[in-house]
Amino acid sequence: MEVNIANNVAVNGDRSVRVGVYVCHCGMNIAQTVDCRKVAETAADIDGVIVSKDIGYACSEPGQKEIKDDIIEHELDRIVLASCSPRLHEPTFRQLMQSAGLNPFLMEMANLREQCSWVHMKEPEAATQKAEDLVRMSVARVRQLYPLYAETLPLTKRALVIGGGVAGIQTSLDLADNGFDVVLVEKKPSIGGTMAQLDKTFPTMDCSI
Amino acid sequence: MTDVGRHPRIKLLTMSEVVDIKGYVGNFDVKILKRARYVDEKECIACGECAKVCPVVRPDEFNMGLSSRRAIYSPFPQAVPSAYILNVQECLGHNPAVCARCIEACEKGCINFHMSDEEIVESIGTIVVATGLEPYDPTELDEYGYTRFENIVTSLEFERLVNAGGPAKGELVRLTDRKRPKSIGFIQCVGSRSSRKGHEYCSNICCMNTIKSTLVLKEQYPDIEIKVFYIDIRAFGKGFEDLYTRSRRMGVQYIRGLPGTVEESKDGSLRLAVENTASGKLEFHDLDMVVLALGVTPAKGTQKLQEKLGLQLTPDGFFLEAHPKLQPVDAATRGVFYAGCAEAPKDIKETVTQASAASARAIRLMHRGKIKTEPITSEVVEEQCKACGKCAEVCPYNAITVNVKKKTPAVVNSAACAGCGTCAAECAFGAIVMNHYTDEQISDQIETLLEERPDEKILTFACNWCSYAGADYAGVARLQYPPNSRIIRTMCSGRVDEKFIWDGFQKGAPVILVSGCHIGDCHYIDANHWTEKRVRKVHKKMEKLGIRPERLQLEWISAAEGIRFAEVMHKMEELRKRVSPEEIEETIDILKKQKKKTRT
Repeated sequence: MEVNIANNVAVNGDRSVRVGVYVCHCGMNIAQTVDCRKVAETAADIDGVIVSKDIGYACSEPGQKEIKDDIIEHELDRIVLASCSPRLHEPTFRQLMQSAGLNPFLMEMANLREQCSWVHMKEPEAATQKAEDLVRMSVARVRQLYPLYAETLPLTKRALVIGGGVAGIQTSLDLADNGFDVVLVEKKPSIGGTMAQLDKTFPTMDCSI
Repeated sequence: MTDVGRHPRIKLLTMSEVVDIKGYVGNFDVKILKRARYVDEKECIACGECAKVCPVVRPDEFNMGLSSRRAIYSPFPQAVPSAYILNVQECLGHNPAVCARCIEACEKGCINFHMSDEEIVESIGTIVVATGLEPYDPTELDEYGYTRFENIVTSLEFERLVNAGGPAKGELVRLTDRKRPKSIGFIQCVGSRSSRKGHEYCSNICCMNTIKSTLVLKEQYPDIEIKVFYIDIRAFGKGFEDLYTRSRRMGVQYIRGLPGTVEESKDGSLRLAVENTASGKLEFHDLDMVVLALGVTPAKGTQKLQEKLGLQLTPDGFFLEAHPKLQPVDAATRGVFYAGCAEAPKDIKETVTQASAASARAIRLMHRGKIKTEPITSEVVEEQCKACGKCAEVCPYNAITVNVKKKTPAVVNSAACAGCGTCAAECAFGAIVMNHYTDEQISDQIETLLEERPDEKILTFACNWCSYAGADYAGVARLQYPPNSRIIRTMCSGRVDEKFIWDGFQKGAPVILVSGCHIGDCHYIDANHWTEKRVRKVHKKMEKLGIRPERLQLEWISAAEGIRFAEVMHKMEELRKRVSPEEIEETIDILKKQKKKTRT
């Protein structure tokens, strides 16, 4: 693993930012196509990037610990994760930010797995170039991010179940037995659905109702 | 089933449909239409005196039309609620003078011809979609002769025939002569695994359902001859292989190959012509009766509900889960979950498992009694707001209020704001900040992307819920496409401001793609209508300025359309290749001049 520690502190308005960039190998998922070390090296030269590393599995326990330790040691205030789709691990890394004492919205993900290594498997150079671009764009974005705070709202402790077949019946009973009020809506005159029409059901061979 | 009827915490609304859903996770307002039953549900004791005197005879839907019922009837003996129901369309008339025998027969006076439909509004925290399935309709498969030959029945009709509570009291009879068939055939994959007619997917339950039926038959009639025609037998679950082996040991013949044609002989029995793919020979099988193992299709009304809740569907028409592995019962819309065949065809055990999972996920959200909102909402910069009212007009959630007459600045209700960013994109005065997707944040991404060799790059805007997810899907499916695209994610395509597009072209972008959910599928109700309008407007302006409009593309790509995403990327690359460096330079010049003009 290559560690690049630079001292290029960028200025964003009156705030200076200290960005950490982590390029994840995702085992071989990313690393087999994208040159992760090169991506990390290039990112180290970007304004504001204090730490830039390639890392085996960013989402793993040791991976997260390493990032957390860096945040504390290098006083990082923004993180770029060049790994998988934010649709998968954004919640994971937002939690990591929080546990390191940072606002969870000061983190940005560059999607190297779904958008580079998996879709440009035969073009490693172009995939690496694209990865570098995506990281650069993420650093540009993360520099402009500011903390956001979640609001807490009241919630109605009541569930609507649409459909009264096996699925709806089981869901309603589970919810109701746990103390939640349920409104079960069924189109037909009786609940039971398709299941009620079956004679015997496998593997127990007993009646369906 | 009876537990549901008795449970003090379950409010059961039958004959009811969800007609409208407003609000957001934790605080939905659901409008339900409860159609009139014309029988008092609480008072009726299901004595059946009313049906005895009813003169109207109709096919019984529960028994698949194999028996009859009256216009006032009980859906089936174990129905919950047990109350009778009057089908008012079949009834001889609301006018008691015409018939009204049931009213006279009902001692408790439960029947009321003047009952009307009710509209009920419920406050709801979470929603579980368990809309189930629709059996495949085999009438289009003419080669099996379902519509022509009476002794061919569907698997569901067969279930009713052999059911002790069914029309034949559990005795297996064929429909033409009411005699017990000596031989019976089962045809598998009816409506499944076919690209020609029906559906391409495997319906998951039909193999085991047929195996079960053969066992039931063999136990009751040991000498009956049973043949099953199949492509593959998929007995993959716990204990399934055991049942399959038992069925074969009991003498059921499994023949690999689906019939090509079915003919009827004079006595009503059937001759099946089958290419046995195990032996490679054409065989003829004479059978007294044939059962079609029907596949599973999405329930009717799936699409309507999908539109009301802003959910997504797979190409097969079932509901799409938030993540196929890690969130298999969550919808992408927070606070909505799936259970059962609504999500995909599955058997009872799997359905029960998923239903419990869905309720656990719903409880996880509800148990604290409060909910944390995503702070990705919009805010108004009061000093810059001209109170023009545009933002309030475009907001799909009516989350913005502005008094145009009094010229007071707009106010965003952050609890109702879902964060699509359409208001920020439409505001002409830069008076709305879309948190986490601000103008500066996105502009800096564009600038960085076009810093070096912009002519080689494809600036792509993708919405989080559909097109970005479609790109993820392309990745998961390892679909290969040209590596020139660079995606900028926004929550909704409605966020893509006109100025981002001009900015892109001015910084040397050869082509730009804006992509979002299909019209009707927008995660933010209808925010993508504004995307469409905006792109149309920009296209017109491009034409006026002398920039080829085809350099800006708008594509709708759903979360399940990985293939489409890859295709669009190929198309964009083709378009990009047709843009010369001179053309890019010319565009930059045009836009520079234009900027000067608007300034002066």
